[in-house]
Amino acid sequence: MSYLPYIVAAWLFVVGLYGIVTSRNLIHLAVCLTVTQSSTYVLLLAIGYKHRATAPIFYGVPVGSRAVDPVVQALTLTDVVVSVTVVALILALTVDIHRDAKTVDPDEIEAFRG
Amino acid sequence: MSWLLPLTVALPFTGAALGVALDHWLPEWVKQFPALVFSVATTVCAVLALAHSGSAPVHWFGGWQPKHGIAIGIAFVGEPLGAGMAALAGVLATAALLFSWHYMEEAPRLYRVLMLVFLGGMCGFALSGDLFNMFVFFEVMGVAAYALAGYHIEQLGPLQGALNFAITNSIGAYMILFGTALVYGETGALNLAQIGKTLAGHPPDALVVVAFTLILVGFLVKAAVVPFHLWLADAHAVAPAPVCVLYSGVMVELGLLGVARVYWTVFEAPFGMHAPAVRNVLLVVGVATAVLGAVMAFLQRHLKRLLAYSTISHAGVMLAGVALLDHVSLAGVANLVLSHGLLKGALFLAAGVLLREFHSIDELRLHGRGRELPLLGVLFGLAAFGLVGFPYVGTFLGHALIDDGGIELGHSWLPPLLMVASAVSAAAILRAGARIFLGWGPKHDPLLAPEPEERPPEGRGSGPLMVLTVAALVAAGLVASVVPGLQDGTEHAAAHFMDRQVYVSHVLEGKPVDVLPDVPAVVHRATDASLAYGLGAAALTLLVTLLGLSGRRIPNVLEPPVNVLKAAHSGIVGDYVMWLTLGTAVLGGVWILTLTNR
Amino acid sequence: MNRRARIAVFAVAAAGLTALLVASVIELPAFGHYQGAYGNQLNREAVAERHTTNVVTATVFDYRGFDTLGEEFILFAAVVGVTLLLRRHKDSEDHQEVLRKADDDRVRSDAIRVVGLLAMPALFLLGLWLVAFGLVTPGGGFQGGVLLAGSLFVVFLAAGFRPYAHLTPAHWADFAEGSGAAYLHNFLGSGTRGTLESDGSMTLLNWATAVEVTAAMVLLFSEFLESYVLPSVRPLP
Repeated sequence: MSYLPYIVAAWLFVVGLYGIVTSRNLIHLAVCLTVTQSSTYVLLLAIGYKHRATAPIFYGVPVGSRAVDPVVQALTLTDVVVSVTVVALILALTVDIHRDAKTVDPDEIEAFRG
Repeated sequence: MSWLLPLTVALPFTGAALGVALDHWLPEWVKQFPALVFSVATTVCAVLALAHSGSAPVHWFGGWQPKHGIAIGIAFVGEPLGAGMAALAGVLATAALLFSWHYMEEAPRLYRVLMLVFLGGMCGFALSGDLFNMFVFFEVMGVAAYALAGYHIEQLGPLQGALNFAITNSIGAYMILFGTALVYGETGALNLAQIGKTLAGHPPDALVVVAFTLILVGFLVKAAVVPFHLWLADAHAVAPAPVCVLYSGVMVELGLLGVARVYWTVFEAPFGMHAPAVRNVLLVVGVATAVLGAVMAFLQRHLKRLLAYSTISHAGVMLAGVALLDHVSLAGVANLVLSHGLLKGALFLAAGVLLREFHSIDELRLHGRGRELPLLGVLFGLAAFGLVGFPYVGTFLGHALIDDGGIELGHSWLPPLLMVASAVSAAAILRAGARIFLGWGPKHDPLLAPEPEERPPEGRGSGPLMVLTVAALVAAGLVASVVPGLQDGTEHAAAHFMDRQVYVSHVLEGKPVDVLPDVPAVVHRATDASLAYGLGAAALTLLVTLLGLSGRRIPNVLEPPVNVLKAAHSGIVGDYVMWLTLGTAVLGGVWILTLTNR
Repeated sequence: MNRRARIAVFAVAAAGLTALLVASVIELPAFGHYQGAYGNQLNREAVAERHTTNVVTATVFDYRGFDTLGEEFILFAAVVGVTLLLRRHKDSEDHQEVLRKADDDRVRSDAIRVVGLLAMPALFLLGLWLVAFGLVTPGGGFQGGVLLAGSLFVVFLAAGFRPYAHLTPAHWADFAEGSGAAYLHNFLGSGTRGTLESDGSMTLLNWATAVEVTAAMVLLFSEFLESYVLPSVRPLP
């Protein structure tokens, strides 16, 4: 199936959201967020792939040979860093919340109403 | 002049980096200045860029000009609306930093560094002409904003607010990224002009519609539009007041700029014939947001949360203006963004003063205590009045142009609804002001739900400086409707903003443009309809304010829907993400049915 | 909203969203048939123009270098943000107290200490190699920077908190992070250099990124670690 990687990406996106909606632990929630984001890695890299092509690194490989798309790889690198940073912030907030509220269950933190 | 554009990002970023690198070596008294200096410098660059935006200079980073008609680098485009947003960001950030002189005693260095990064992120987003680059700056703004929301780590509210903010906005960002990947897969381009050119002959298939939905939802989350708005009241209620100035004044509006920019450069071409489908859906969403925000604002007694819902209401009005897909309305949105940003910023800063003086931000607990601060009371009242839309004051020009556009397109039902929404949200603010500064109204009000208390920041701040900053913002905001030439200037800018072909030829081929030909420095007489709506809004506001002060309960018939509304704003992130998913699915479904070629 | 209702509504919404996403991705060019002009053009020209053989690195540090700048500042903001969020209340324990408490956390197994302390320089060198040769073979500032930071974390795992803390003094890490970020800025912010430039500035950017990423990772790890080592922060009023 030539669309399988893309469908996997779509699945990952939604499954991550499911994890977030049903989560009982903020650390689990942060990881589910990375699952949602990882769907974009899969999508980007799958888009850039070419059959029978090599990596876009021409060390010992003549320029002009079939190579996959370097742009999506650069985008994915950036994407990975973004993910790290957001998860770090969420985990820092989790540490603080645990210290204050003695829980890491998102359904039980009740600072707001209406 | 295009070198001004990267400077609006380079300056605050460099300031932030140096703030961390050199902090251990600088004497204490020096530390306050650098952030302010960099912020002022950024504002100056942004204003200069705005002054030169008539030629819409394009800056290609690294000097990578397009080759063979393909954009290989990243571009910043200094057209008037983007440059204007960057200038507004600079002004508000400078005001916020001035206000917070000695106000943030805990980790002030980290606060200032994050504010500078926030500023750089906002300027970059406003000016960017590349879809992935927009995502990157969206995240720069986001990360700085999430951390700043959680500033008061010793209370649970800020932590939860920051968490809800971070999770929902990150999901929005990942939707933008997914949509960007789809667009890239289809067109092979990331530059907005390039994508627009490639999609021009393209039929609107499922990919284009879903990509549009995803990217739009991402921006609408930032713009706090129903049902993606739930995070905003939480975040505003808990973030320090100067930070809220930036949230409400610029960050939310940048979400709308993203919507407009992506629509006009990329998606207008394939959707062309089906534009009414886009227009109608977004109009409904905008109006719903405007009304919901106003109603929720009226039910609040926590001043910052009240102001947050008022921002949501205004965001709905702005979305309606963008949704009309007309240059007069778009000009109205630009004007509304300007006046709202200044006035709302002033209101948040005033709330910050109240918090510092009286250690409370609760409307009922502050009952009458504001009488000790008459000058602040006057400023608060003026700012709230500016938000009403009284003829030629404050937000009037913005509302008038949006209404004019609506009427011209045959949507005469729109102005009355928007008028009601802005009247109710302004009335909420005036009610709070009357209660706090004049002591009117009962001390107990069954309408308003109890809220947890907020602890003020530790620093004393500089009283006169704080009030001065508020005064400056109020003054600027009030006169925003009568700046000579502003109406014509924004109308020209909006018309250019909407013109994809000119944008493409300018960015990719370097064809010069003249966005702002000799604009007459005059103030136009508003249309009769606008004047009527302006006066109507003022009268309605007065009426609703007095009603609010009378201490009556919600009529029994309205109680169930109000309770449902309140329950939805539960503070639980799982609920928020559920609404986000539902909203996306509904929008996408509606658009697939109405936009794809049949 | 109660949990059951939330999950039920979400299930419906998620089904709709999945349908939308699948409908869109099947209209992409089939997997393996990438035809984009952007990537192909860079593959053709980058080697000659930028005198490097790793086109991904050329894209990251040159063609799309401005994205890298933005991303560095996302990292920077996150580190500052985590420091802000994990700061302890002013009158709680200071750094010396942290070190004293951490001595309880010593590693007692000789095997772990030996293997770890041998691994550390190897990893460090590997990280440096990844950065240095990132313009030629797979690698680059990010990848190498993460590994460099990782090699320092191995010190913590192998030898305990005190040695790790000595290797990564806060002032150095702050300075490195800030100056890495500022330096990146000076090159990427100006836009006047073009294709005539040699790859000199890409090398510098590469190293600046490596410094910035290493310092950022170290700072993040240290912040979380100190929170872990000091679990007994007094509850605040």
